[in-house]
Amino acid sequence: MRTLILAEHDNGALNDLTLNAVTCAGLLGTVDILVAGSDCKAVATDAACAMGVQTVLWADDARLVHGLAEDLAALLVSLSQDYDVFLAVASSFGKNAMPRVAALLDIQQISDICEVVDANTFKRPIYAGNALQTVRSGETKKVITVRASAFAPTSPSGGSATVKTVSMIDTPKLSTFVSAHLTASDRPDLRSAPVIVSGGRGLGSLENFALLERLADVLGAGIGASRAAVDAGFAPNDYQIGQSGKVVAPDLYIAVGISGAIQHLAGMKDSRIIVAINTDPDAPIFKVADYGLVADLFDVLPKLAEVLEQ
Amino acid sequence: MKILVAVKRVVDYNVKIRIRADGSGVDTAGVKMSMNPFDEIAVEQAVRFKEAGLASEIVIVSIGPVKAQDTLRTALAMGADRGLHVETDVDLEPLGVAKILAELARRETPGLVFLGKQAIDDDANQTGQMVAALLGWGQGMFASKLELSDESVEVECEIDGGLQTLKLPLPCVVSADLRLNEPRYATLPNIMKAKSKPLETLALSAFDFDVSPRLEILTTVEPTPRACGKILASVEDLVEKLKTEAKVI
Repeated sequence: MRTLILAEHDNGALNDLTLNAVTCAGLLGTVDILVAGSDCKAVATDAACAMGVQTVLWADDARLVHGLAEDLAALLVSLSQDYDVFLAVASSFGKNAMPRVAALLDIQQISDICEVVDANTFKRPIYAGNALQTVRSGETKKVITVRASAFAPTSPSGGSATVKTVSMIDTPKLSTFVSAHLTASDRPDLRSAPVIVSGGRGLGSLENFALLERLADVLGAGIGASRAAVDAGFAPNDYQIGQSGKVVAPDLYIAVGISGAIQHLAGMKDSRIIVAINTDPDAPIFKVADYGLVADLFDVLPKLAEVLEQ
Repeated sequence: MKILVAVKRVVDYNVKIRIRADGSGVDTAGVKMSMNPFDEIAVEQAVRFKEAGLASEIVIVSIGPVKAQDTLRTALAMGADRGLHVETDVDLEPLGVAKILAELARRETPGLVFLGKQAIDDDANQTGQMVAALLGWGQGMFASKLELSDESVEVECEIDGGLQTLKLPLPCVVSADLRLNEPRYATLPNIMKAKSKPLETLALSAFDFDVSPRLEILTTVEPTPRACGKILASVEDLVEKLKTEAKVI
């Protein structure tokens, strides 16, 4: 089978998670990548260096600068004849564009797969990860989004794919980009960070939420949040980990003042080691934690940072 | 302007699901069912638009068994005007649902098709995007803020890096994310009033296209549970364990 991956990028560099998608697609056969953007030659070069990629289709057009779903879907469909599988990471970018591709091609998309059983059979979580479904597709073509944390990334170097230019097609303008407010941060991207420190309602305020920073600094960690903390305004929306936010699986996940609603557990319970810090010994977070401290987070946080700094 | 809102009846978000031991699926018999929370946010927003004079009529659609009418009545009690129930006992997939919604949108000609970004049962996050594709309309997904005018809507979308604002000419499709609003509780008088609001039932056979499922569900099982963890006595203990036992720092 021949797979075309829709690359995620910011026109300057390939997003790391696309490397996880390459590993997944490699289980199905030949892997090509579509890099669609504007002034994005560097991204096409990145993609060509990724191990396991055969051909990079590079569409460079001013209309593609913001990666709008309507344009990307039209472009993917124009390239669909040569491919059996269309695949993207189940990030907000992939979730936005791929179902549109699926509907245009009259295919039932398979969302958020976490395992490839065979070329037609996949596992995917449902009910906030409380059940795992195995589905088989009998369709000749497939549209798939991939849970990136379930697949190891391929090497970003060592590949030597051919870069082939493709043209953007004419398509009606159905939406216009107005503005973006991206959260500026020097910390690692939550979706690929090896360590995450995550805060919940227990932190109590925006000012207190900043207490996580010292610990995150020592560990070189990304900072996440529960829905409760985001809803309360302690942290921006892109910090949210859970069923409706980001799904992460770092080596170490430290949950601070998070009770552990199933919607939150859905986003982090595949982490390798989970540490929970909470005053309530009955908090559900302790059921998934490898190590728990039943203690006041305001005592633990400075102490933990101090011990680790030594 | 008319707004068409699609709602799904799902297992209530507070219920811990039971998976049948034979792997045949999730047991929903006798389980509390509710409107999908994301759809509820879409209903609330449509009602707010009507209250602000920006919408003239709110039509609610639900596709499912007879019981889906309860969900439609809930939306009517929140302030929607009219319900459409497409009756089927088949568990339709997002593509089938999208085809029905697109057809209803062609018949009803709303300015906006509105729904939740995902259903909390299958977590597919596909239907809105698919409806937009089938209609050839623009899409504003994962909305956390909306500004509606007569000709267009500005949608602030929650994306992985932060927020992105798009402007879409009407008609278009918008899906609601969590922080768009906090849905109201229907009051008793409004629940009573909702009982007399129009609710039309359509048979699935009234649609002349095939919506039968494309995917075969082989098994549904419980994920492997995590091993029981340890409660530790001190921060020093924790650091020690992370270093020597877990070897993560």
